[in-house]
Amino acid sequence: MSEPKKVQGDLVLSHVTKSFADFTAVDDLSLTIPQGSFFALLGPSGCGKTTTLRMIAGLEEPTSGKISIGDTDITFTKPYDRPVNTVFQSYALFPHLTIFENVAFGLRRRGIKDVDEAVEKVLGLVELSHLKNRKPGQLSGGQQQRIALARAVVNRPALLLLDEPLGALDLKLRRQMQIELKWIQTEVGITFVHVTHDQEEAMTMADTVAVMNNGKIEQLGSPVDLYENPKTVFVANFLGQSNFIDGVVESTDGSTVIANIHGTRITFPKSRNNASGSALKIGIRPEKFRLHDPGDNTHGNVLNGGKITDISFTGVSTQYLVEMPWKQELVVFEQNDGGAPDLEKGDPVTLSWEPQFTFALDGSSK
Amino acid sequence: MTRWLSKNLIRIYAGLAIFYILLPIFYTITFSFNDADKRNIVWRGFTLDAWLNPCEPIGICEALGNSFKVGLTATFFATILGTMIAFALGRYNFKGRSTTNLLIFLPMATPEVVLGASLLSMFINMGVGSGLMTVIIAHIMFCISFVVVTVKARVASLDPKLEEAARDLYANEWETFRRVTLPLVAPGIAAAALLSFSLSFDDFIITNFNSGTVNTFPEYVWTASLRGVPPQANVIGTVMFVVALAAVFAGQVLGKRKQKK
Repeated sequence: MSEPKKVQGDLVLSHVTKSFADFTAVDDLSLTIPQGSFFALLGPSGCGKTTTLRMIAGLEEPTSGKISIGDTDITFTKPYDRPVNTVFQSYALFPHLTIFENVAFGLRRRGIKDVDEAVEKVLGLVELSHLKNRKPGQLSGGQQQRIALARAVVNRPALLLLDEPLGALDLKLRRQMQIELKWIQTEVGITFVHVTHDQEEAMTMADTVAVMNNGKIEQLGSPVDLYENPKTVFVANFLGQSNFIDGVVESTDGSTVIANIHGTRITFPKSRNNASGSALKIGIRPEKFRLHDPGDNTHGNVLNGGKITDISFTGVSTQYLVEMPWKQELVVFEQNDGGAPDLEKGDPVTLSWEPQFTFALDGSSK
Repeated sequence: MTRWLSKNLIRIYAGLAIFYILLPIFYTITFSFNDADKRNIVWRGFTLDAWLNPCEPIGICEALGNSFKVGLTATFFATILGTMIAFALGRYNFKGRSTTNLLIFLPMATPEVVLGASLLSMFINMGVGSGLMTVIIAHIMFCISFVVVTVKARVASLDPKLEEAARDLYANEWETFRRVTLPLVAPGIAAAALLSFSLSFDDFIITNFNSGTVNTFPEYVWTASLRGVPPQANVIGTVMFVVALAAVFAGQVLGKRKQKK
C-alpha cells in the first residue's frame, strides 16, 4: 500500500554476487546504468542475466554487494517498496482480472483512487483500449505482451525491467515490437533494462549493451563499439561471426601496429590492439574481407595463397570458405552486388581488408 | 445384423450402464410419492402426504439437522486447515514434507471401520463422551485429506510468476494472497468444500462408531430400515439430489457465461 518515495537517478550495482547452493550465478558484478537509457543485458542462457534482473526487481536477494538507485540503497528493499516494475517473459497477466484491472493493479495497490485516466492513457499508448473489458486469455500473444508492458509503464517507475519480453513472439511480430518498445521508451523517458539472448534484438534497441558470460560482464559499450571492437573472443563470436588468425607484434610505429601472421606483414591502428603481450589473435569479421583473383590490384592488408573450398549462397550475400596456406579455413561474406569476381570451388584467391577493421586480442585468449 | 450390432453396440452398452446407475435414484424419487404403510416397498398408489409432512416420523428432521450441523462445521474447519496444509506442501520445501504428504494419504487408504473403531477407543480412553462433538472431530479428520489433495492440485498449477508480478506491482504479502493467490485457487477450495460436505453428510461407518446416542440422517435411515423406512426419507433424499444437481448445473451455466464475457 505504501507509496514508494520518489526515487530516481542512475542504477548502480556494486560488487553484486549471487550464489546458489552449488553455483555462482552472478559473480562480483559492478555496473552503472544511466537514468533514462535503454540498456540491454545480453548473454547466453545461464549467464546470470535473469538473476541480475531479479535482484534489481527485489525478487532475489544478493549474497553480497549493493544495489542502489541514485542515493537510495534498495539492496534488501521489498519488491513492492521499490520503484521498479517488470515485464515478465511469460507476461504473468492475472487471468482472473480484466485487462483494465490488470493495468490498474499497481495504481490501486498504491492507494490511487482515480485510475481511469492513467489506465486509458497507457492503453492508448499500446493501442489496445478496445480490449479493456476482456480477460488475458482472450488476447493474442502480441496483445498480451503489450498489456504486460502497459501494466508496468502505467506506474511510471524509475526503472522498467524487461525479461526476454519478446521471446515468445514470432519473428515478424518481434521486429515490430522492437521498434514499438524503443518508441515507447523514448516517449515515457523511463530507464529500460532489457534482458535478452538475442544479439540482434539487443543491438537494435539498446543504447548500451552489456555482454554477460558466466556471471560476469565481458564487455560493455554501444552496439557499434561491441561489434567493431570486441575485447574478448566470447564477445566477438556472440555478436556475429569472427575469424581469428594467430599473429605476433613486430613493431609499433606511432599509432600503427605492425604484426606478422604466418609470414605476412599486416598493420592495424594501435587503438584496435586489446592485447597486452606480443602474441596476438587477430580478428577480422567475415564481411570485412574482400576477395580478389591472384595478381589483381589490392589495398590495405593482403593475404595471398588462399583457395576456395566451399561456396554457399544466402540471398543478400555469398559465404565462402577460404583455405589458407597454413591450413586454416577463413569465412568470407561477399555482398551479391557484382563487386566480387566470379569464383568457383578450388579457385585460388587473394584476401584483403582495411586495417581499421582489424581487432587484436591476447594470443592466449579463448 | 452383425453390422447393425457393431455400429450400435457402444450405444446399447452406454444405455444399459446409465440405466443401471440411474435406477436407484429413479426408485428413490418415485417411492417418495408412495402411499406407504409401515414398509415403503410395495407401490400402493400416488400421494403427496410424505412431501407435505416431511418431519412426521419421529426423529427424522432432528437427524437431518444433526447431519447439517456436522457437515457444515466439519467442512468449515477441514477446508481451512486442509487449504493451509495444501499451501505448505505445494509451495514450500521443509523438513518432513514428504512424510507429511504420506501421512495425509493414510486416512484415505485406511478402511473406515478401522478408523471408526480406533477413534472410538481413543475417545473412550481420553474420557470424552461420544456425541456430535466427537462426530465432528472425526469428520474433520478424514475430510482434511481430501481437501489437501484437491487444493494442492490447484496450488501446483498456479504460476508462481503471478505472485511475483503482484509483489512487483506494489502488493504486499497479504494483498498478493488476497488479490491474486486466493482468487486463483478459489475454485479448488470450493470444490474441496463441496467434496468435504458430501463426504461428511454421507458418512455412516465412522459416524456410527462415534455418535453415542445422537443420530445423523444416514444413521436414522439405517435404524429405520429395521422397522421400515418412511417415505419421508425418500423425500429428503430427493431434495438433496435435486439441490446438488441444481448447484452443478448453475455452476456450469455461470462458468460458461463468465467465459463468454
